[in-house]
Amino acid sequence: MRVTVIDYKAGNLTSVLKALRHIGAEVEVTDADLAPIASAERIVLPGVGHFAATQYLDSTGLTTAIRAAIGRGIPFLGICVGMQWLYAGSTEALDQPGLGHFSEQCARFSESHEKVPHVGWNSLEVKVNSRLLAGVDAGEFVYFTHSYKAPVSADTAAVTQYIEPFASAVERENVMGVQFHPEKSGETGLKILRNFLSWEGQGAV
Amino acid sequence: MITKRIIACLDVHGGRVVKGVQFVDLVDAGDPATQAARHAREGADEIVLLDITATHEGRATLLDTVRRTARELFVPFCVGGGIRTADDAAQVFEAGADKVSVNSAALADPMLIDAIGRNFGAQAVVVAIDARRDPSGDDPVRDAQVFVQGGRKPVGRRVVEWAREAEARGAGEILLTSMDSDGTRAGFDCELTAAVSEAVGIPVIASGGAGTVSHFTDVFARGKADAALAASIFHFGISSARLLKVELAREGVSVRLPC
Repeated sequence: MRVTVIDYKAGNLTSVLKALRHIGAEVEVTDADLAPIASAERIVLPGVGHFAATQYLDSTGLTTAIRAAIGRGIPFLGICVGMQWLYAGSTEALDQPGLGHFSEQCARFSESHEKVPHVGWNSLEVKVNSRLLAGVDAGEFVYFTHSYKAPVSADTAAVTQYIEPFASAVERENVMGVQFHPEKSGETGLKILRNFLSWEGQGAV
Repeated sequence: MITKRIIACLDVHGGRVVKGVQFVDLVDAGDPATQAARHAREGADEIVLLDITATHEGRATLLDTVRRTARELFVPFCVGGGIRTADDAAQVFEAGADKVSVNSAALADPMLIDAIGRNFGAQAVVVAIDARRDPSGDDPVRDAQVFVQGGRKPVGRRVVEWAREAEARGAGEILLTSMDSDGTRAGFDCELTAAVSEAVGIPVIASGGAGTVSHFTDVFARGKADAALAASIFHFGISSARLLKVELAREGVSVRLPC
């Protein structure tokens, strides 16, 4: 199973690569080179750090290449900032648009007495029809570390509660995103990555 | 619901896990990779590896240790000890750490926090603070002082102020060790932990003094800690993070279970 991981210079890829290899994926990393995107079977967009870093995707032409790959039906998984990028944008960087695949906007957690960033293990309320989260039971925990989040909408695959309910996973056809870090979420996270690898999307080789 | 984290801490010296009280009488306690994997398997929510030698000559050994430890670890992994520059941090991340913990180097050059945060994100920077109450202060807790060199040397800064500065510079978490409580197994310094936790908006990890389950219950309730570090308790007391968390759940603390 071949997976193309996009390195857009926003933090550390080591953990994601290691987890994908651990579950048997053949991993290919690309940064500014668009050819691997054109021939990709599956794409993972990781990301920790600032939403503004996704500017790299626009300036290198990766955004256009990814849009085309998604159009071909290639399974796509965004992690953390990589999930947020699938939306119209984020209040973290108002002048940097996201892909706009999902029309909502990401925003910072509301002011409250709770700590921000939201760091630690929290639970998922999974929508029954999610393929990405198939087999994840109520009460299983995953690891989060973030200050911005996507709102709950029709495409939300899982909801998590912290300060307010937010979309901890999103899924529409071949495009999926998780706000948490499956590569750091123990057996539950590896199960979710396996679901992504084994999902037979339309057009997937 | 967000859970309270139990973080297993491995003190490493020359590529081996060691245990001892206040860094003296060190006893070999095994291979870091094996020990980290065991803690993760037994329910730890996170692993911290602390290089207590942290010499320049030891860097290659440390990076090799980090690489071997990270290989089969799928929970968050933080590495501290001897990280003096953003380049040092980059090497540790490249070897597989998710976070680095900086202590005396950040005191000497606070811009180190900004530099690591800018390159790797705030979530990757833990600022570790070694603290002692100030018995001569008007308020010994609020006036608690920052120490270096294993709690022997004061740096002339108040803990609460330094924690606030670390947050402002982009730290993602504070790892607060009470040097008064460390090694005593008589409980965390809950007052000090609460003072720091209330002063900052980022998570605070409490460290130093764990001996019983009720010490953890206390530091989460009275100490307002978001996470607690456990080291010697797994050597001397409760045998695993899972058993500790089962007991904590019984006391009404929200923890990751089953794990």
